[in-house]
Amino acid sequence: MIEIKDLHKSYHMGSNSLHVLKGINFNVKEGELVSIMGSSGSGKSTLLNILGMLDEADSGSYTLGNVPIKNLNEKIAANYRNKFLGFIFQSFNLINYKSALDNVALPLYYQGVKRKERADKAMHYLEKVGLAEWSHHLPSELSGGQKQRVAIARALASDPKVLLADEPTGALDTKTSYEVMDLIQGINDEGKTILIVTHEPDIAQMTKRIVNLKDGLIIDDSKVEQIRASAHV
Amino acid sequence: MFDLERWQEIFDTLSKNKLRTFLTGLSVASGIFILVILLGFSTGIQNGVKSQFQKDATNLVSIWAGTTTKEYKGLNPGRRIQLKNDDFNAVSNKYADNIEHESSFYTIWGGLVNYKNESGNYRIQGILPGNQFIENADVSQGRFINISDIDNVKKVAVIGNKVAEDLFKGEDPIDKYITLYGISFKVVGVFYDPGGERDESKVFLPLPTAQLAFNGADNIRNMKFTLKMADDFDQAVAESQAVSAAIENEIKLRQTVAPDDTNAVRVYNTLEEARKIYSLVDTIAAVFWFVGIGTIIAGVVGVGNIMLIIVKERTKEIGIRKALGAQPWSIVGMILQESVFVTMFSGLFGLILGLGLLELVGPLIESDFIKYPQVDFNTAIATVFILVFAGALAGFIPAYRAAKIRPIVALRDE
Repeated sequence: MIEIKDLHKSYHMGSNSLHVLKGINFNVKEGELVSIMGSSGSGKSTLLNILGMLDEADSGSYTLGNVPIKNLNEKIAANYRNKFLGFIFQSFNLINYKSALDNVALPLYYQGVKRKERADKAMHYLEKVGLAEWSHHLPSELSGGQKQRVAIARALASDPKVLLADEPTGALDTKTSYEVMDLIQGINDEGKTILIVTHEPDIAQMTKRIVNLKDGLIIDDSKVEQIRASAHV
Repeated sequence: MFDLERWQEIFDTLSKNKLRTFLTGLSVASGIFILVILLGFSTGIQNGVKSQFQKDATNLVSIWAGTTTKEYKGLNPGRRIQLKNDDFNAVSNKYADNIEHESSFYTIWGGLVNYKNESGNYRIQGILPGNQFIENADVSQGRFINISDIDNVKKVAVIGNKVAEDLFKGEDPIDKYITLYGISFKVVGVFYDPGGERDESKVFLPLPTAQLAFNGADNIRNMKFTLKMADDFDQAVAESQAVSAAIENEIKLRQTVAPDDTNAVRVYNTLEEARKIYSLVDTIAAVFWFVGIGTIIAGVVGVGNIMLIIVKERTKEIGIRKALGAQPWSIVGMILQESVFVTMFSGLFGLILGLGLLELVGPLIESDFIKYPQVDFNTAIATVFILVFAGALAGFIPAYRAAKIRPIVALRDE
């Protein structure tokens, strides 16, 4: 599903150059639930951003579902993001003046889905994350966990190939974190490929594979025995 | 632009950001509203000033006769030209379209006027009713010479304020009889003249009465016309010169005078007053345009500012939309369409409100210097479009930039 070869990325700030990714080689198969770990500054978020086409690598190759992601202009990148990827952010990034339902329906709007169908599909995904009753509430009326579940529903709405989650539990307490992880595991069980960036070992243990980054290099990549989040809830 | 889905999304956004929509709309609507009112009152004041000063002889043509200096068609030079009633009537009829007020004069210089034991020498003039406006005479008591006095050759007189003071010593002169060279005339009015004492030392009689009473036959001494005001000074000058030249030729033709004999028939036209009024009107217009343009600039800056803030405020939203797959141009388009819609709608609202107020309040204004405040509709519409365009432009630049920002930057937590 995801193939990365010799990926480099550096940031330039004035005369200083920061080499963040120093040759990452990394493959993800369909249906995997991978966590990317590492201390801050290890390059894990940069990697996720490149995977998410929110940022571009300096060199190396990236193939997503047999599509080479290369020389993207804004238009194509937007198109690919819309079709292939679903994002889950630490700070949820819901549009605060839109109801939960409208937030979930937004990627569908950019796919050109008609209004009625958008609402039906969005409702379906809200039901999936257990927030059907909250569909007409604004993000400000929802708890953190609920917001993240709306964000997950939104990420799922466009039926992407891969879900990318950047510290999805970073802003949540432990109990809520596990609830969200339970939801993510459930989605993975249905066959969705999911990548999670986290620095919390307990969250990482709930995935099926942990990739450890340090100073821009993968130092460890191993499958783990998945701990079901439902056991903790 | 005509994508229904896009419009739904925009209305959704606008209706869920009521305060923002309202404030943007308010600034645009109030800008247009103020501008409409300003321009309206500018026009009103211009109209008022024009109508106030139209009373004065702003564009006066006077015709006097002298003696010929050139031989013409077998007639000797040195011939005295006498203007006749027919000359006046001919000119009056021929140029009726250009003439506003008219009067011919039969004058007795230094005529002796008596009332009881008081007497004095004053200029006695036979005139037509139009002279009131030519002289800018202000009737303080009674009335001026009217058309019925002319038609019925009445023996009535209108006296200047100085004459009234001299002869009547505070007594009410109306309906009293004064004697001119032994002939009695009933005083029907007293007038003031902005020209001062000299101009108030006059006695006006109906022209035919004066001609009849003082053996004037159908002779007139001179005639005066005021011409209608053209819209601008250059046009007024051109018209005045054309008309006065035409009148001169007409009279020379009637009196068989050489066309280049400047002494026999003399025509003067005074445009000085007109120049002052036109420059006053122009100044008023310029001041209001200055203020108006200032208002538009303030409006443009205001709208631009709001658009900048809106886009700034929405940077994160734009990042989210881009992460979800929005094309950069759909972001720019969305923001522009929103801003154009809001500015257009509220601009037209302000326009209608302003026009409505002018329409409603205009007729109620009772000032001599403000008349018929109104706005040229095209100007107003043009202003709305300028504001809309400025709003769009002011929105476009930050929107374009925001759309260019990589979503990763826009989404960065602060």
